[in-house]
Amino acid sequence: MGPVDTKNPDYYHKVVDCQWACPAHTDVPGYIRLIAQGRFDDAYMLNRESNVFPGILGRVCDRPCESACRRGRIEEKPVAICRLKRVAADLRDDISDRLPTAPKQKNGKKIALIGAGCASLTVANDLLPMGYEVVIFEKFDTTGGLMRTNIPTFRLPPKVLDEEINMIVDMGADLRLGHDISSMKDLLDEDFDAVFVGSGAPRGRNLEVPGRYDSDRIYIGIDWLESVAFEHIDSIGENVVIVGGGNTAMDCCRTSLRLGGKRVMVTARKPRHLLKASDWELEDAEEEQIELLLNHAPLRMIVENGKLTGMEFARVEWHEDENGRLQSTELGRVILPCDDVILAVGQENAFSFMERDIGIEFDQWDVPLVDPVTFQSTRAGVFFGGDAAFGPKNIIWAVAHGHQAAISIHKYCHGEDMTERLPDQVTMESTKMGMHEWSYSNDYDTGARRLVPHVSLKERFKKLDIEVELGFTADQAIAEVERCLNCDIQTEFVAKRCIECDACIDICPVDCLTMTADGPEAELRTRLSAPSTNLEQALFVSEALPQTGRAMVKDEDLCIHCGLCAERCPTAAWDMQKSLITIPQAADQPVCQKQRRSA
Amino acid sequence: MSFISKPRVGHPALQRNELGLRQRDYEGTISTLCAGCGHDSISAALIQTFFELNIEPYRVAKISGIGCSSKTPAYFLSQSHAFNSVHGRMPSVTMGANAANCSMIFVGISGDGDSLSIGMGQFCHAIRRNLNMAYIIENNGVYGLTKGQFSATADIGSTAKKGEVNNQKPIDAALTAINQGAGYVARGFSGDKEHLVPLLKGALRHKGMALVDIISPCVTFNDHQGSTKSYAHTREHFHQLEQTDFVAPAEEITVSNEGRDLTPVTLHDGSRILLRNVKNGYDPRDQAAAFAYLKNCQLRGEIPTGLLFIDENSIDFHERNNTIETPLIDLAHEDICPGADALADMLGGYR
Repeated sequence: MGPVDTKNPDYYHKVVDCQWACPAHTDVPGYIRLIAQGRFDDAYMLNRESNVFPGILGRVCDRPCESACRRGRIEEKPVAICRLKRVAADLRDDISDRLPTAPKQKNGKKIALIGAGCASLTVANDLLPMGYEVVIFEKFDTTGGLMRTNIPTFRLPPKVLDEEINMIVDMGADLRLGHDISSMKDLLDEDFDAVFVGSGAPRGRNLEVPGRYDSDRIYIGIDWLESVAFEHIDSIGENVVIVGGGNTAMDCCRTSLRLGGKRVMVTARKPRHLLKASDWELEDAEEEQIELLLNHAPLRMIVENGKLTGMEFARVEWHEDENGRLQSTELGRVILPCDDVILAVGQENAFSFMERDIGIEFDQWDVPLVDPVTFQSTRAGVFFGGDAAFGPKNIIWAVAHGHQAAISIHKYCHGEDMTERLPDQVTMESTKMGMHEWSYSNDYDTGARRLVPHVSLKERFKKLDIEVELGFTADQAIAEVERCLNCDIQTEFVAKRCIECDACIDICPVDCLTMTADGPEAELRTRLSAPSTNLEQALFVSEALPQTGRAMVKDEDLCIHCGLCAERCPTAAWDMQKSLITIPQAADQPVCQKQRRSA
Repeated sequence: MSFISKPRVGHPALQRNELGLRQRDYEGTISTLCAGCGHDSISAALIQTFFELNIEPYRVAKISGIGCSSKTPAYFLSQSHAFNSVHGRMPSVTMGANAANCSMIFVGISGDGDSLSIGMGQFCHAIRRNLNMAYIIENNGVYGLTKGQFSATADIGSTAKKGEVNNQKPIDAALTAINQGAGYVARGFSGDKEHLVPLLKGALRHKGMALVDIISPCVTFNDHQGSTKSYAHTREHFHQLEQTDFVAPAEEITVSNEGRDLTPVTLHDGSRILLRNVKNGYDPRDQAAAFAYLKNCQLRGEIPTGLLFIDENSIDFHERNNTIETPLIDLAHEDICPGADALADMLGGYR
């Protein structure tokens, strides 16, 4: 397969599994090492650079980094990255003097952002320091969008939300709360240079079953959570049935417990491994004695004399048909007695404010056509991001969209080609400190994943807004950081220095190295020291070695970055080098200070 | 040397052997030899050998003398027995241990200095007695521990690190062993494990003296231009006499199309070594021809590797002396110390 070009920024970026998996490409190993050094401020700022909301995401992120974590392939449990992020936010000092500021002299460009959620706020965060005038339109009287209305306060305290959102708004955004955009056309007629739509996916899916409209105690999950957040609802019946197996269902059931629910049942059509809820959210719900009823397909609401008394389900069994598609067979029926039903079966975009004759095209599912690189819609100057762009995802995706949309808006406003964006970059720096010393902690820590302490089951239900997770202490965090494999400290190999003494191959604890003849990738993978079955992980193949012409091949899959190959290398053909991946943002993009050609 | 030890974590998909052990279970402590030392590769080859032969570590005794090579028993099979003895005296310590307990597997680890200078007499006499052991010489042509003086295996014309030229004739361990009548003589190269491991397996399974002379470059003092024991020089001048495959007793030999070239050599326990692609009709069972061939190679500066000589009918020390098979430790006290009367009886027999 020929020598692999490690100068390609994606090569080493991919090795850093957590950073690669993160939509915003946060430098995870970088900031968690700072945490281990007690440099919480620096860790927070490094985080903020890419993900903007470390305190919020440190509590409620969907954690794509953790499922990608290499540690999880070595011994099942990944590093507790998400909760370490929270530590940086919890334990930092005042960092207000390190936050970006907006210049007094504006650049004369005015941008409208629809919605004050994470996508719009990220765009504002990137554009305000560059001199843009930013107007945020929000239909509610509060900022934060779904982060505030849909995530219960016992998971995400309002204080944390306010603090991080204010960091952005206080740069000088023109925040217009309670300002519902009812016509996109009217907005476009105003003198904005660009419009960004970050209005989210605010509509909960309905479930059309008999009896659905016969009671007023059947709710749509995200609307119900919103009412709880705005204190329009403060109680619920003793027996509650939640329909759905996603994270919204988990939030609904745990909120129900705090509003008076005694027997709270979550019903899902699918078996456990197919549920959309994250493992940890399921675990947290089960810790609170939620009944999880799997393989229950909803049939009808039972309403007697205008009063909801229960809901009927079919108990099903799943099997694959000849096309590999899941089919269910009914095993029997069951009635769950209940006082309230909450439907948490998904959510979708809603663009009722958007006229269909203004050049913004939609597909057959009423989702706008948005360019996946520039985030521009079919109308020039109108951009989408977050859930509004490609349907419901999560906060960190919205942040990633926001950064990219900001680049496009910046280029658009200066009349430049948005598709010509700066590429990612990688810079390498040796970590060698002495004969066999490195500037990172290379010894493998055998410790198991630390558990985040929780408020006791007795205490936590006393009030709705008691945050359940207490967060790591500094000492717990430092211990947990040691589990990180430092995947950004790369094994950099120089073929011409190699004398083929086998020292690296003999010492490698996980057998990821092989010296063998080069060959096509699939065939080469069969000739390696250890089974090479994870095809998503790259093979490093060196240039021909000087003495025998073989190649040094490394399977990146399970490398624990212990640096022993470099320590045992007599000629420094191996070196442990820190790769720093630079993901350009709007402020990094050079533009000519010329005016946009046409408005 | 490294400051951290090799992490115990390993590749989750690696196989276990018949004993349920992982290859990692055959490792020792982390090496304190120079990074890149050939000896470390030999340790790794031994780890692989013991793992693949399904040998319980506690059945193995590692005996060594003094020198870089003699440190290496610490770096493999940490759960076996070991004795780091006096300089050049590895063979006699092994002799004693072997006499007391012939059920163990004895691996002597020695170097060119330990065996061919101070221990030359011990080396020759261990062969003469046909002690049942694998005798490993980690041969780098220099005294590494004392900063790189020529050893007895340095070739004429080869230079020391600072340029001094060696004028004394080398002692060839393999030629000496064949000449002394060792039953199993092989030569390997630390940088070529693929061929070294089957030779080590054969040595462990051969009953009697099995010598494996392994070229093992000293990266610190003997890996320069002008050295004839460097990685580069060895790679340029060694040739494989034959491909050797080790076949355990129960395994079948599958004869493919190239079957006509296959020469099986049988070892005492029923395992076999298959010789393939034999060069120039070389027959390792012909002592005189083997000696002549190797002598010629030596004069031409070539380094033949592989199974150099084997005597399929070798009779080891215990067999020849009709000793008891039971380890002495397993004998009852009255059998091993039959008392004054029995002694008087025996002495009476000599009158």
